[in-house]
Amino acid sequence: MSVVFYLIAGLTVAGALAAVLLKNTVHCALALTVAFAGLALMFLELDAQFAGFAQILIYIGAVAILVVFAILLTRGSETPKDGVFGAKPLFGLVTAAGIFAVLGWAVLHSAQALPGAGGSPTPAPTVTVMQIGNALMDRYVLPLEIVALLLTAALIGAVIVAMHEKAGAR
Amino acid sequence: MSPHLNPLTGYLLVAALLFAIGLAGALTRRNAILVLIGIELMLNAANLNLIAFWRYGPHPEALTGMMFAIFSIAVAAAEAAVGLGLEDDGPRCDEQDEGVTS
Repeated sequence: MSVVFYLIAGLTVAGALAAVLLKNTVHCALALTVAFAGLALMFLELDAQFAGFAQILIYIGAVAILVVFAILLTRGSETPKDGVFGAKPLFGLVTAAGIFAVLGWAVLHSAQALPGAGGSPTPAPTVTVMQIGNALMDRYVLPLEIVALLLTAALIGAVIVAMHEKAGAR
Repeated sequence: MSPHLNPLTGYLLVAALLFAIGLAGALTRRNAILVLIGIELMLNAANLNLIAFWRYGPHPEALTGMMFAIFSIAVAAAEAAVGLGLEDDGPRCDEQDEGVTS
């Protein structure tokens, strides 16, 4: 594990923690952007250039902007007076800590059986964007079409939900 | 820096930590947009797992994990759009104390 990995991991985890813990909703959205950027850097360090840049374009460029718009266009940016956490925050914390304990135990327990455990560095796979495009058009063409259909349905659905709400004549 | 930690283990631990943070946020926050932020963090943790296993797995040239992660990113984007469209309703229902959900 290199120093770069620890720096990126620290940045990502700090961004995620800030996104969950901060009081101001706009600050949460900005911290979420930091976490997304750290994840994109991790993808780049894992030699997955296409996924890394897709992460930057889709998450930082689209999802984070969408979250900021949703916060600013609704009244979500006001900090509520009765606290930002729900009625029983301890329950959620205990559940999350338990799940992290189980996952961490499983990962550390099976560390020897994982690929790359011998200590020899795995050579970086050379995957070009052309190969990804060929695979998308060849083996994964049906999932690609289904994703296109899903995105169209999501677009229409979001518009219909927003229209219904704007009319307000329920 | 523990020497016995192989690279894949490090990435898996970071992904588990991100998942737990996202789950804690989704379970404890009151604002619906912040619940969605927690869900996005959990999805991203799963993507990190997929990419890490693709990188250190036996057949990276088959592109399986990479493709799964790319499709997962696309589905997460659609989910975020619909979720944020729905969430306009949340605070208003609270304030009017009607409990009506469309």
